[in-house]
Formats: sequence, C-alpha cells, structure tokens
Amino acid sequence: MAEFTLPKNSKVGKGRHFKAPAGATRVRTFKVYRWNPDDGQNPRTDTYEVDLDKCGPMVLDALIKIKNEIDPTLTFRRSCREGICGSCAMNIDGTNTLACTRAIEDCRQDVVPVYPLPHMSVVKDLVPDLTHFYAQYASIRPWLRTQSAPPPDRERLQSPADRDKLDGLYECILCACCSTACPSYWWNGERYLGPAILLQAYRWVVDSRDEDTGARLDDLEDPFKLYRCHTIMNCTRTCPKGLNPAKAIGELKQLMLARHG
Amino acid sequence: MTSAYPITEHKYDMIVVGAGGAGLRATFGLAQKGLKTACITKVFPTRSHTVAAQGGISAALGNMGEDDWRFHFYDTIKGSDWLGDQDAIQYMCREAIPAIIELEHQGVPFSRTAEGKIYQRPFGGMTTHYGKGTAQRTCAAADRTGHAILHTLYQQSLAHQAEFYIEYFALDLIMDEEGVCRGVLALDMAEGTLHLFRAHGVVLATGGYGRAYFSATSAHTCTGDGGGMALRAGLGLQDMEFVQFHPTGIYGAGCLITEGVRGEGGILRNSNGERFMERYAPNAKDLASRDVVSRSMTIEIREGRGVGEHKDHIHLDLTHLDPADIHKKLPGIAESARIFAGVDVTRQPIPVIPTVHYNMGGIPTNYHGEVVQLKDGNPDAVVPGLYAIGEAACVSVHGANRLGSNSLLDLVVFGRAVANRCAETIRPGQPHKRLAGDALDKSLSNLDRLRNASGDTPTAVIRDRMQRSMQSHAAVFRTQETLEEGVRQIREIRESFADVRVSDRSLVWNSDLVETLELQNLLGQALVTIVSAENRKESRGAHAREDFPDRDDGNWQKHTLCWLDEAGNTRIDYRPVHMYTLDDEVEVVPPVARVY
Repeated sequence: MAEFTLPKNSKVGKGRHFKAPAGATRVRTFKVYRWNPDDGQNPRTDTYEVDLDKCGPMVLDALIKIKNEIDPTLTFRRSCREGICGSCAMNIDGTNTLACTRAIEDCRQDVVPVYPLPHMSVVKDLVPDLTHFYAQYASIRPWLRTQSAPPPDRERLQSPADRDKLDGLYECILCACCSTACPSYWWNGERYLGPAILLQAYRWVVDSRDEDTGARLDDLEDPFKLYRCHTIMNCTRTCPKGLNPAKAIGELKQLMLARHG
Repeated sequence: MTSAYPITEHKYDMIVVGAGGAGLRATFGLAQKGLKTACITKVFPTRSHTVAAQGGISAALGNMGEDDWRFHFYDTIKGSDWLGDQDAIQYMCREAIPAIIELEHQGVPFSRTAEGKIYQRPFGGMTTHYGKGTAQRTCAAADRTGHAILHTLYQQSLAHQAEFYIEYFALDLIMDEEGVCRGVLALDMAEGTLHLFRAHGVVLATGGYGRAYFSATSAHTCTGDGGGMALRAGLGLQDMEFVQFHPTGIYGAGCLITEGVRGEGGILRNSNGERFMERYAPNAKDLASRDVVSRSMTIEIREGRGVGEHKDHIHLDLTHLDPADIHKKLPGIAESARIFAGVDVTRQPIPVIPTVHYNMGGIPTNYHGEVVQLKDGNPDAVVPGLYAIGEAACVSVHGANRLGSNSLLDLVVFGRAVANRCAETIRPGQPHKRLAGDALDKSLSNLDRLRNASGDTPTAVIRDRMQRSMQSHAAVFRTQETLEEGVRQIREIRESFADVRVSDRSLVWNSDLVETLELQNLLGQALVTIVSAENRKESRGAHAREDFPDRDDGNWQKHTLCWLDEAGNTRIDYRPVHMYTLDDEVEVVPPVARVY
C-alpha cells in the first residue's frame, strides 16, 4: 500500500514570532523559512515584524535588519546588493527573485513569505544547494570554442549586428530563479538542463565567433536535456533581469528542427 | 587544540585565495602552466565583486582614434599623483593591449564599432598627447563590462579544468619560522570543517575592504580578508590612507553609477543647474580624475549648492542624451537608477554622492605580484611564497588615486603576471616541507574563541560603529582633528571586539561566525587606514588634508607602510616610490603640478 503522507521531517512547523518594537507605526511582517540541519528539528517559519521607518526599501534590507538586530542566526546569501551578482535569489511573496532588487512595498501579501528557491535541497534557512545547477552549467562547456586561430595581435572582428544577437543572453547572472521556477525542472532537474543553462547554451550557439555549433546542438540531442521544456514560461515571467529564456529555448528547438530538415 | 577540530589536509603547488577577476586569471593561468593549483573562494566565482564593474577596461588599442600606451602610462602616473611606481605602471599599460586582445579571444562580449572592433569610450583622466586631447581608451561591454569579463574568466577556468573550493572562508596564512608562506587554513562553510591547504605559493586575490565604511559601492563581501590575514601574519600594508570616493554612487543606496555615464556625455549639476565641473577642471570638466570630481562635489554641497530636500547631494544629468544611445550603451545604470532611485534617466537626473569605492592601498607587491616588505633596509625584500594581486594588492600602479577602468586592467594584467612568475620560479610537484607542530595554533585558538564568543556586543553593532566612525573621520576631506578623533575611536572600537557576541552556534553555513571573522579583518584595516591618514601631513590624490592642502614631494613622495601587532599597536615606515621604468621604451615622468 503506497504511503501518501509526506515524510515527517518535511512538514513545516510554526516558529517564533518577533514583535515590532513599541512605537513602530509602519510595520511589515515577514514569514521566513527556517531550517538548521544541526538541530534535528523540522523546518519552521519564523515571523518577524519590521519597522519600515528604520529599514531600507528592499526585501534584502529587511533580512539584513532582522539578522543584525533581531536574530543573527538567520542565514542567507547576499553580496552586491544591486542585482548583478545573483547571490540573494530566493522565493519572495510567491515569486523567485533577488531580495536586493525586490522592493518591500511591491510585495502583495500582508505577511510576506520568504522561502528558499523552490525544489532545491536546502543547506540551511534560505541557502539552497546549487551544486547540481553549477555542474549542469559546466556540462555545456560554456566557453568560446573555435577551430581557426584568432588573429595574433588584434581582436576577432564582430559586426554590431552580430554582437546585438548576444543582448538578452550574456547578461544572465546564474541566479537560478528561472530554473527553480520551472515545473519541468522540478520533475526532471537531474537530466533536464533547465532554462538558465539552455539560455547559456544558446548564447554560444548564436555567437558569431564560436565555431562549434554542430557539437553544441549534438549535445542537446537527447530526450531530456532540451525537450523537457514545455513552454510553460515561468522562467521568463520570473527572471529578475528581464531576460527571456523561453525564447532562447524556442530558438534552440528551431535550430534542431532545421537540422533534421 | 587540533583534536577538537579535525583538519583535512590538501597539497597543491599553488593556492589562490579569491575568485574575482584577478583570482580567476591567476588560477587558470597557473593551471595552464602545469602547476597543481586550487582556488578557494568564499562566494561562487561569478558572485565576486568584479561582476559589478560597469564602465570598462582601459587599453590603448586606438580603435576609436589615435592612442599610444605611453599616453596611458603618463595619464596613470598623473592620476596617481606621482605616488605610483613607474616600472609597474609601464608594465601594466604596455601589457594592457595584449591582455585585452586575449580577453576578446577568450570570448568577452565586448560592444563593437561599425568595423567590428572593440568599442572604446572616454573615461576620467584618460588623454592623448600627455593631457592635450581626450582619449577613447576604455573598452566596454555596454555598462556591464565587469560582469562580461568575470563570467568569461570563470568559463576559461572551466575550460582549463581548474580546481575550486567554493564557499570556503580563508582564516589565516600559514607562515613558518623563516617568514615563508607555506599555505592557508580555511573553513568549509557548508560543512563547518577545517581544511589546511599546503602550497609552495599562496596568491591573495581577496579584493578591497570597502565595507570598513558605512556607505560604499562595494559588496557586502568586500571585507579585505587577504589584508586582514596579512596584518595578522605580521606584514605591513601599504598606502592604506588612499581610499577612493567614486563621484557617482546613488544617493541613499550607494550603488555605483559608472563614470562611463559622463564618458558618454552625462553632466554633473548643482542646485542652480550649473555644470560646476567647468569651474574646477576647465579642460577635463566632468571627466577629471575621480578624486578631483569628488572634492568638487563635496565643496558644492558644503557651499549650499547641493540638491534635494537637505541640499546634500548632486544631480547627474543624462536627459540630453539620445534615449536610443542610453538603451544601447548604458542599459544597466538605467535599470539601477530606476530600481534604487526611482528615476527614469531619459527624463530625470540621477541623485548621486561621492561614495567609497576602491582601496588604492593594500598588500605591497612588485610588478610580478610577489609580496614585498621593508626588511633590513631593503624596501623590496620579497616575502617567499606569498603573492597578492588585484585590489588586495598595492603594486603600486594606482598610487594615490586610481583612474577609472584601470582596475579591471590591473586584475587581468597582474593575474597573468603572477602565473608567469610562478611558472618560472616554482617547480611542479616539489615535496612540502614539514610544518612546525604549533603552526596552526594561533589561527585555531582565534577561531575557537570567536565560535564560542559570548560577549555583550553583537557583531553587527561593532561593525556599525566602525563603519560610521570611518565614514565621518576618514572622508573626502580630512583634518588633523577629525583624524585624531577617528584614530581614538577606531582603536576603542577595535578593542571592543574582545566583547563580541556570536549567536549562531551551528557548524553548517554559520554566517554569523563568518561575518565576525570578516569584521576582524575589517577592523585591522580600518585602524591602519586611519592611522596612516593621520600620519601623512600633505594632500595627494584621494588623501585631501584641509590643514595641509598642498602636495609635498620633498617629504612625502613615498609609500606608507603600516604594521599592526596583536596588542593593537601600529608602526609606520616607508618605501620609496619607484621613479624608474623597465627599459628605455618610455621615460620617467617627473612630478609636476596636477591640473585637469
């Protein structure tokens, strides 16, 4: 008889509630996922009330304020705080995004839920394990591959029109928001490369300087790596940099079709 | 001690600490040369702060008009206010050209000219014919050049199958009795375990310590961990008083708005709408050196011509530029201005203020990247086994003030130089000498103390005090009074670290502990910064003393070295500026008055 209840340790309990300091007039509440592998406890959500008059405008500002002033054990990645390093990707207010560029006032829910990127193993609190995601990136051999030698003492030439083809692709910050928003990646993440990595694959296919398009497409000729994209388009909807991975995947599929004549 | 903390030992020829532009270039360069190399980094490589560099990387390619690396050499010396070492500057400016060509060959998606060459834009202090014309020297990938370069360097590291230890935090250098660096001890953040990396050479590529200040363009992770480790290893840091304020950080948020905005025609305006830089730098105007522009902005604000409700910032105006051009060349800052200042740059000016951006000072090195110290009267004594590159280092190519777009260049040129040097001097696969039994004790007891620190002051409180004190006492303009008060306060704040409290007792991803270790690194560097600033009784580059407004070459054309012992005592000495070049391809530029 199959068991349909979730394993015991996957149930998220109710955690602590930290009230706003007395006298705070503009309070916003955050419900934050907590899990520490060291303490043997189930995950929980802690609730923090933050005085917005003493907090910066972004969700990351609120998380840092919580860590600095309320609970130093709250754990999350962060670095550049300007949306370019991709460290603080998490699920905020129901959407995968960067905590540093998501304004608190743009969150729709009264109690703003903050969870790690969905469907990834959690290392601790809001820190997901991205090892497999990075390995998939390496697996597409994401570097310029050429047969002909470049001119020895000057750059390869590339027309502005050819360079324009890289716009919307090279800007990816590998934050993994898109891949971890994709139901197909949730199901088949072990073998399906997911939108972020496929966007990168396409970035090299369309680079006029690259001379290994055939091998790059051969590598994607597999029932899982590429074709598990079902055009759900969560990726494009969630990308915090406004990129369109779904379109890049569509272009790859077109190129595959064209090859098959 | 060792029994309480099991330690995994690794043996390599070379260890690189840090995976920003310099660290990555060194890592795959060393791997390419056949040295068994690993890079340990506290963040995944593409999260390093190189990623945030915007405007570009300088090299006299001459793609957009006449140029010569000798002009670049002259501009860099003048930008440095004659504190840069001219042999190193010659090396960097000459090597710039092959270095940028190499980056393009590696796949950096540079913007292009109509002929398909690398696009180059004007930048502050970059001229032709020794100050006469404006050079277009800064190679750009729109306004995301750092991102484009960092990702490419990581891709090259993958291509060269370089080894990484990611989310490992370096604790201390392992130095032997003879002062030779033998490796580094690191904490694996994911597991909370300790790893000893034995190596014949350790390259510190750990970046700057911008987070010693309250408002900085620097990332949260810019805590100068290499400089902190060097100080604890008893090494002196050089020219730490020279902290660059970038003229255009977004008011409030502190995020960077590239100098490339002014390179593309953006203008700074005061509350009268006046283009005030015409008064301060009649020739270069908005494209004067960063120290000059930051001072001018500060004077405008002081004299009541700031903008906004509190008249405490300045406007950066792009509204006269073609929106199509902005979209093409400056898309990233348009996005940042919208998100962090609520501004549509095609219609409204960006509110900006000088913001801490870059440390000219750091671990002293020669142009091979070898760490040097003043030892027995020799100012160029090499510390065996230890190297430093990038913002962590002080080569010194930037002297008292760095020119915009010379830092990305510094990363790749010296990342490559250190790999070449080690290939010449280190034989792969040599056996490792035995370490003394107590080699790790000091580092382990420090870690043990902080892991269990149960004082009364949380890490964040001490950090906040340090940042606010540095911000108000070691600012754009300095006086003896503010600096003395700053020295007093920073000493006291550093002492209060004995009372730090770490709340997280777990082993896995203990960011409370890591932030405390980072704070320890910051505190040491904050102290030597303000002590060195108090000591230097002249104005040069980014170090502007109101009580000593002039440059004093007779007494002060020399590098400061500052040591810090465990008790908190500082000691200062000096190294001469290298007023010679590598060869006769270019002549030494003697000091003259610096006018833009």
